Amino acid sequence: MTKDEALFEFLLRTGDNGLVLAQRLGEWCGHAHQLESDIALTNVALDNIGQARMALTEAGKVEGKGRSEDDLAFHRTEMEFRNNLLLEQENGDFAQTITRQFLFDVFQFELLSGLKSSSNEFLQSFAIKSLKEVTYHRSLSSDWMVRLGDGTELSHDKMQNALNLLWQYTGELFEKTEADDILIADGVIPDLEKLKESWDDIVGQVIKEATLEIPDTKGFMATGSRRGEHTEFLGYILAEMQYLPRTMPEAKW
Amino acid sequence: MTDKKTSDQGILWEVFVQSKPGIAHKHAGSLHAHDAEMALKNARDVYTRRKEGVSLWVVPANAITASTEADADSFFDPADDKVYRHPTFYTVPEGVKYL
Repeated sequence: MTKDEALFEFLLRTGDNGLVLAQRLGEWCGHAHQLESDIALTNVALDNIGQARMALTEAGKVEGKGRSEDDLAFHRTEMEFRNNLLLEQENGDFAQTITRQFLFDVFQFELLSGLKSSSNEFLQSFAIKSLKEVTYHRSLSSDWMVRLGDGTELSHDKMQNALNLLWQYTGELFEKTEADDILIADGVIPDLEKLKESWDDIVGQVIKEATLEIPDTKGFMATGSRRGEHTEFLGYILAEMQYLPRTMPEAKW
Repeated sequence: MTDKKTSDQGILWEVFVQSKPGIAHKHAGSLHAHDAEMALKNARDVYTRRKEGVSLWVVPANAITASTEADADSFFDPADDKVYRHPTFYTVPEGVKYL
């Protein structure tokens, strides 16, 4: 595997994470429990679209086959997507959406903090720009974790259920492939093992403050996205997202 | 019914946005939130998403005391014929903004 191939893989993963999460959050538009949360979630979605666009455009350049951000977003099949399984999980109720967001926000915050000193110029500027957005996302979702976890009996139960459901998808955020080893060795991306330590630390603190408990998955963690093996949900997301550009490739708006 | 709705959504807050450093915060609208911290975040999301501001104030709507319609005659009408109270009888030095 060449260094460019490794970088392409990482950029796809980062771009797809933003794209799939944004698509999920967009489903809340007009449906959240109050107008304020509705706008907050779609703001986060738009930030993620912005990050996805930057990462996928750069991925196309690095790949060198002339593929644009749109080619990559709309003309790949689910096996070619590299987003983490966590992000394609269903919105469920607000508790589930917030928990998914929180688990990812802490990861993304740590990743971007590491990328600020990347040896790759694009990733450096990508990190500096995106970190401001993700700092807010993390603050927003952490707030809700504590508010609902340490809220009423009902909200506490809903949050704990969400955590029980989603925890199994957090392990693969830190999985390393050949590409990761190459990029870590070159100082292009931070070491994912070290990242996991800070993630564990922060996530643990917030969960404790939220009076929730980290579920015991007995060592089980779902895996697969690094190889393009997704849960059943991604196909439906892509079907909706890709329908228009695939049906009418020349469509403009 | 109305009471229940109100408590689900939190209380009403009035939002004031400062568009540039140094100038006054201006009323932008209102929103619901359960406490000040949430109100600030909601205000950020609802009222500054198009770069409208650099600073935010949120105030519980019930902390505002408003004049009433019935007071309008005695409060405001007497100012009608006192044009000399407008600062238009002297020249404003150049460069003074936001007066």
